Order: sequence, then structure tokens, then C-alpha cells
Amino acid sequence: MIRITVNGKPHELDVEPEMPLLWALRDELGLTGTKFGCGVAYCGACTVHVDGTPTRSCVTGVGDVDGAAITTIEGIAGRDGDGAPLLHRVQAAWIEAQVPQCGYCQSGMIMAAVALLDSNPNPSDAEIDEAIDNVCRCGTYQRIRKAIHLAAG
Amino acid sequence: MNRPFQTSRRRFLIGAAAGGGLIVGYQLLGRPAGAETFLDMTVAGEAPLNAWVRIAADGTVTVAVPRAEMGQGVYTGLAMLVAEELEADWASVRVEQAPIDGVYGNIEILVDGLPFLPEDDGMVAGSVRWMTRKVAGMLGLQATGGSTTLRDGWEGMRHAGAAAREMLISAGAGKLGVGRGECRAEKGRVVHPASGRSVGYGEVAEAARRVELSEEPRLKTPEQWTLIGTSPARVDIPAKVDGSAEFGIDIRRPDMLHAAIATSPVFGGTLKSYDATKAKAMSGVVKVVEAAGGVAVIADNTWRARQALDAVAIEWDSGENGTVTSESIFARFARDHDEGDIDTHRDDGDVEEALAGAATVVEAEYRVPYLAHACMEPMNCTALVDDHRAEIWTGNQAPPLMRMAAAEAADLDGDDVTVHTPFLGGGFGRRSETDLAFQATAIARQVPGRPVKLTWSREDDMRHDMYRPAALSRFRIGLDAAGAPVAWSNRIVSQSVVANFMGRLMPGAPMLLKDKTTAEGAFDRPYEFANQRVEHVVSETHVPVGFWRSVGHSLNAFCVESAMDEAAHAAKADPVAFRLALLKNHPRAARVLQTAADAAGWGTPLPAGRGRGVALHRSFGSTVAEIAEVTVRGDGTLKVDRVVCAVDCGRAVQPDGVVAQMESGIVYGMTAAFYGAIDIVDGAVAQGNFPDYEMLRLADMPVVETHIVESGEPLGGVGEPGTPPIAAALANAIFAATGNRIRTLPLQKAGFAPAGVA
Repeated sequence: MIRITVNGKPHELDVEPEMPLLWALRDELGLTGTKFGCGVAYCGACTVHVDGTPTRSCVTGVGDVDGAAITTIEGIAGRDGDGAPLLHRVQAAWIEAQVPQCGYCQSGMIMAAVALLDSNPNPSDAEIDEAIDNVCRCGTYQRIRKAIHLAAG
Repeated sequence: MNRPFQTSRRRFLIGAAAGGGLIVGYQLLGRPAGAETFLDMTVAGEAPLNAWVRIAADGTVTVAVPRAEMGQGVYTGLAMLVAEELEADWASVRVEQAPIDGVYGNIEILVDGLPFLPEDDGMVAGSVRWMTRKVAGMLGLQATGGSTTLRDGWEGMRHAGAAAREMLISAGAGKLGVGRGECRAEKGRVVHPASGRSVGYGEVAEAARRVELSEEPRLKTPEQWTLIGTSPARVDIPAKVDGSAEFGIDIRRPDMLHAAIATSPVFGGTLKSYDATKAKAMSGVVKVVEAAGGVAVIADNTWRARQALDAVAIEWDSGENGTVTSESIFARFARDHDEGDIDTHRDDGDVEEALAGAATVVEAEYRVPYLAHACMEPMNCTALVDDHRAEIWTGNQAPPLMRMAAAEAADLDGDDVTVHTPFLGGGFGRRSETDLAFQATAIARQVPGRPVKLTWSREDDMRHDMYRPAALSRFRIGLDAAGAPVAWSNRIVSQSVVANFMGRLMPGAPMLLKDKTTAEGAFDRPYEFANQRVEHVVSETHVPVGFWRSVGHSLNAFCVESAMDEAAHAAKADPVAFRLALLKNHPRAARVLQTAADAAGWGTPLPAGRGRGVALHRSFGSTVAEIAEVTVRGDGTLKVDRVVCAVDCGRAVQPDGVVAQMESGIVYGMTAAFYGAIDIVDGAVAQGNFPDYEMLRLADMPVVETHIVESGEPLGGVGEPGTPPIAAALANAIFAATGNRIRTLPLQKAGFAPAGVA
């Protein structure tokens, strides 16, 4: 039995340890916000945080993260006093800059941006370029850069 | 689903026919099913006013959008058109995907596909356009593509809003006990200015349903617009930042199973034999089946289905195409250039005589490869089949075609198939194809009563696409002694996208008109030459081709605008001035080009190793000029410093959306220009995943600066027109920086590509 905590909630998974975390999240736990894009860790659509580190879940065996705390796109918003979701500042910046088009890559983009700002609160363009190598087929890159700067405030 | 208005359905239809717009209403009269389906989707307390507008008791306005949202912003754009005329409070407007029905057909997409020049107002063009509109109206083909959504919806959606507004004003006046002429609509309320009293739409929507309008609702004048021309936040974005947006691949149904499929790597190949012994014993596997010419594994999890499929030993019969390569295809193109049947798309003056008398003749051959769409969301479809019905969920650009394919796969009537269209994780033309709907339904049929989600791998996606055609394009351009262009001859060789697409839908159906997409962007560019001829030779191969963002324009713009640059340099002329001289009767195009040139600082000196390149292109009713500025380092690595874009799309309904689409089209075109190549080896696609088919990333993203040139002309499209010019702008910039003329894409194969992250 594999035990992981996802967005603060503990789960026990009776699956093959080599099953990628991506498919455990999507098919076993029903958390479909994390996306499948390439299966080879190239595009970053599947990016989640494993103990705070941005990780490509499509090539990460769920057995390799036994005991870890996983955060997905569904888990980054906070809660206000009434328990209603309160957008993470990166999500708010994404709306302000009107970033997404088709939106499919954006979960991974946002997770990568959140991790970047956690480790570097005020990144330069060059640092953003270096940290975020996720693929967006709609070409929203210019707005992603803008939104990260907005979120860095 | 609640059906509170079932008893008054007849009443609704009559009301809708009269009130749903005397203009749009005729479609409702003839084809009431759409109204009925929309009625079925109505929840308690909502009043449907026509097939596009419902209003709830709390004033919430629901707009039925019959086009697919794939990032191009149509949920917002179309809802804006309705809300503008409805005088709705924008904050109370929500959007819903419309069901399949003829009333929602796209007429513009068929008219735009006709092989005529935009300027051609002659008898033949005029009457064929008229007939096409009639036929398109009857066909009622709901399709998203050809950058037509806003163009097609421009009249109808505004009329739907205006009709609903007039019905609400009548009902509101009745409720306030005043004359209808004394009232007006404002921000979701019917207002009686004389008394200062007002009533919300939600309070009178039910009564409004019974209003029969006696005259055609009048549309607002542009001066009266308060929403069109502004940029409200896109309605689909909030769900796309918190993971809640549901794409086809995210569909979850009770008892759902998952499937993976293998089909012949060589297009047209057939299944010879397979051994699934090992796969059947694997964890989670439910069934291994033959379906749609391939082998599919049905399992309880996407990954397990894939693992088991990899364990099936399959032998394919490649048929006669197992030795075809990209090289053999281009050799055939070269032969057919000289020997094939020629379609003449344009022939003005006497090209041969003008070339014979020219002081200089520029000759050039351009080549472009096949390209895959590579939507971020791998292709997928979920299907549920039982004895009498089928239901499919798939992000798609043409629901009626999906229904047709699923019906065929399940051996059912189309009426017994329901199609759901969630968000599309990219479309670009790929999701107008029916292969996934057919495959998923053929697989699900073998586990009746259980939904099955078929998910392709990225490799499936890249190797079983319907590709942007490869092409060869030759030019002979004549200049007189002063460098003035006197003749233009261009012959293109490629497959026919329309013939391929129609052949897949209706095998054996004849092509009634020549395929415009093969020569679009080559015969219909605005430049004027006294002597010009543009021809196309259809040369088919076994590689399936399809609609790829901007279709023929994507390749012809590169060839034409590069050749134009070659001619300018041969004439020792400035590339912008050379083009402007050919646009004397096309002020719209000239103004776009001049706007981009001014914004880019065209003509100002650049340091060594840097260069600017320009390209101008007209497509889908819009004209776009792009100027790329590049720095080429000693090792050939390259940085795109800046792209300046000017666009005239008539008017901008949602300006920020126009800017976003230009940025998007440019990046899509840059990826293709630098890296894009699908190579055929032994009859199959050599590339498999992104490492072999690279994508432009953030580190290589230039600053893109977009200028909207408002002309007030009829609306043009924006989803595609940003893509065609960029490849030529880049190649022309590389020439300006290095003196290297690149005539074969991708640029990377000539040694010029972004350096990426070190």
C-alpha cells in the first residue's frame, strides 16, 4: 500500500509502484486538473509539487513518492473565513493578465510559477526563462512572463 | 433534467419564430429541433427567448454558443455580440455549449472556402456564393474553423440579442403598466425614464416568451455600442487557472473504463495478426479487442491500458506504401510539377511573353514539410454504447461529423447519438477529424453499457495525424531594366486538403470545384502584376493531410513572401517599398504594411549580425503584416529579438482577444518555421514525441507587439491570420542579417534556430 498526502488529504493507493503519479492522481484519485501532455517529462503539463519541489508527474512512479506530500493545481488556492476558495496570487495574476487560451498547459505552468516564486520571490526575465521550460502550444508565453511579474508584485 | 415548459412547447416555437428574429427566425421555423433541445436544457425558472438566449428568474442570461472554445475566445466573443444587443448586464451573462442543430450551422466557413478572389464580384463568383449560402443554410453544419466564428455569428448573434431585448421591453412595459414606446432596455433592466421605475429582465422573462414582435428588431449603430470594441475578461479563464476546466480527457463517468489503441504505423496498412495472451493476464485488463482496423486494450486505468497494449505482439501488413520516404514524395512532386494536371487559379495578362521580355528573371524553388498539429491535449474520446443509443464526449470542432462517425461505428442512426463538446485543449484543425469518435465508439460497442475513454499517447498523436501538406513551390518573377516587377509565375505541387478530408468523410464523393486551400495565399494575395499566373498540381501520396491552422496560407505565405523578398533584392529595392509599389489599389493592405514598418523602425540601422524581415499576408478576411528582428550569432544560433505585428480585421470585437490571437498565431508559426518537420521513413512518420518535434518555449519567446488597424470593413477572422506571415518574416530577417536565403523549412535544418536555455 502506497501512502501519499495530496493537497493536505491522506490517501492509500493499492496500485503498482511504477504507475506514474500522474495517472494515480487522475484515474485513481479523480484529480484531473493535472494534465497528460507527452509522458516523457518534456512539456510540463503534468507538473505538481512533491514536498514543495516542482516535479513532472508523468515520469514519477507513485512508489517513489511514498510518504510524500503532493500539491496539485486543485490545492494551491487558500480558503477565506467562510471556507470559500481564495485564489493564490499566481492564479489571480493569471486572470489579470488574461493568460490562458485553450488552457490545457496552464495547470502545469501555474504550478511551475508558484514553485519559482516560492524559491525566488522576484525573478528576472532570464530567471523566469530558465525556470519555466513548460510548453504552451497556444503561445501564451509573453503573458506568462507578465503574470509572473504581476504575482511577484 | 427539468422540463418546466414542456406543455407550452408549441407556443415557444411560434414565439421564437416570430420573436427570435424575423431574420434568424426562418431557420427556427424550418428546423425546430434545435429549439427543442435548447428547451430540454432549460432548468426550472428559466425562460428561453430563442435558440440562443435564456433568462433565469434572477436575471442570469445564458447564451448558447454553438462553436467550440479552443482558446480563441469564442465563448466571450459570441456572448458579447448577444449581450450588446440584449442590453444585458455583462456580469450576469454565462455561456453554455449549444446542442447539435441546423439552426447553429456555420455558413461563412463554406462560403469562405470557395475558390474566388475576395475582390471578385463577378456573375460566377456572386451566384456560386449565393448558392453556397443557401446550401450551407440547409446543411446547418456546426463547425468551428476557418477563422469564421465571429464573422459567421456577427449578424445572427446580434439579431438573437436584439429580438430578445424587444420581447423583454414589451413584457417590461406591460408589467410597469406603461406604453412600450416609453421604455428602453439598460443593463439587464427595462427602464421607464419618465417615472424612474424599472423592472429586471428576470422578473419579466417568462412574460416575454409570449410576446410576438410585429416588426424586425433594429440593431444598434456602432456609436451606440458599449461592449463591442471593449475587452471584458474572458469567461472561460477562471476555470482554467484552478484545474476545474473540463477537457475531453478529463471526462469521468460512472463505471468508466479506459482504452488504448494501436493502428498500422504505415498509413493504410492492415492488421495481419496479434497475440494478446500476455496482455490479457495483466493487472486491470478487461478486454483486448479488434476495432477500427487496429487492436485496443480496455482496462481500468489509462496507464494500465497502455502498458498492456505495449505487451500485445502485433504484425502489420504495410501494403504498397512501406518504402515511401519524404525524399520519394518530393521526387514525385518534382515530376508532377512538370507532368501533372494543372489547376489554374489565376492567369492575368501574358506571363510567358512578359518573362521573355524581362531584363531579369528571378527563379526559385521552395519546399515545406508535413507538419503535425500537436495539440497540447492528446487526442481522446469517451463513448458509451448500448443497444439503442450512443453518447460520446470529445473536444471537437464539428459535432455533426462526430455524430456521423459514432453512428457509423455503433451501427445506429445519427438521431440516436448524443455528442458532448467540452473544452478543447487545442484544436488547430485537428479536432475537426472524426477518427477518435469512430475508434472510441467502435471500442465501447464491445463493452455495451459501459463508458470507455480512449486516450492516445503523444506518439499516437504525432504518428496518426492528418498533416499540414508538404509542398513544392516554384517561382519565375520578371523584372524590367529599372527593377520594376513585370511578371509573376508560381506553380505549387501538393496534396489536396479538401479532397483528403472529404474522402475520409464520404469515400468516393467527387470534388465539384478545385480545392482553394491548395493555392490560397498564392493566387489571392493583394499584390498587382499586369502579368501573373498561379497554378497548382495535385499530387497525392498515402500520407493523410488535413486542416492545419491557416491551411494553405501556412505554406504559401512562406513561399510567396520569401520570393517577394528575393525579387525586391534582385531589383535592389527596399522590401517594404517594393511591396507598397504593388499595392497602389489596395490601400487597406498598404496601410497595414506601413503601420508595421513605422512601429518596427523599418529602415533604421542595425548592428552587424542583426536583421529585419517583413512579410504581409491576407487570409480569412484579415490582413496582417509582421516584421521580425533577429540576432544571428557566429555559431548560427539565433535570437528573435522582437516581432511587430499589424492587423486589420475590419473591426476588433474584443481587442485584447485579437492581440492574444496574433501572439498565438505567431508562436504557432514560429515553432513550425524553426523546428517543424514530420518526416516519412519506410511509409511511416519518423517523429514520435516532442523531443523529435520541438516546440518554441518561453526562453525563445520574443517580445510581440501588436497594432490593430481599424478599417471598419467587414469583420475578418483572427484565429489563423497571425500564423502565415511569420515564417517568411523570419527567413527574410535571417537573409538581412547573414545573406543566407533559406528556401526549405524548417530553418533549423539550415542551421538557424533559437539557442534555447543554455
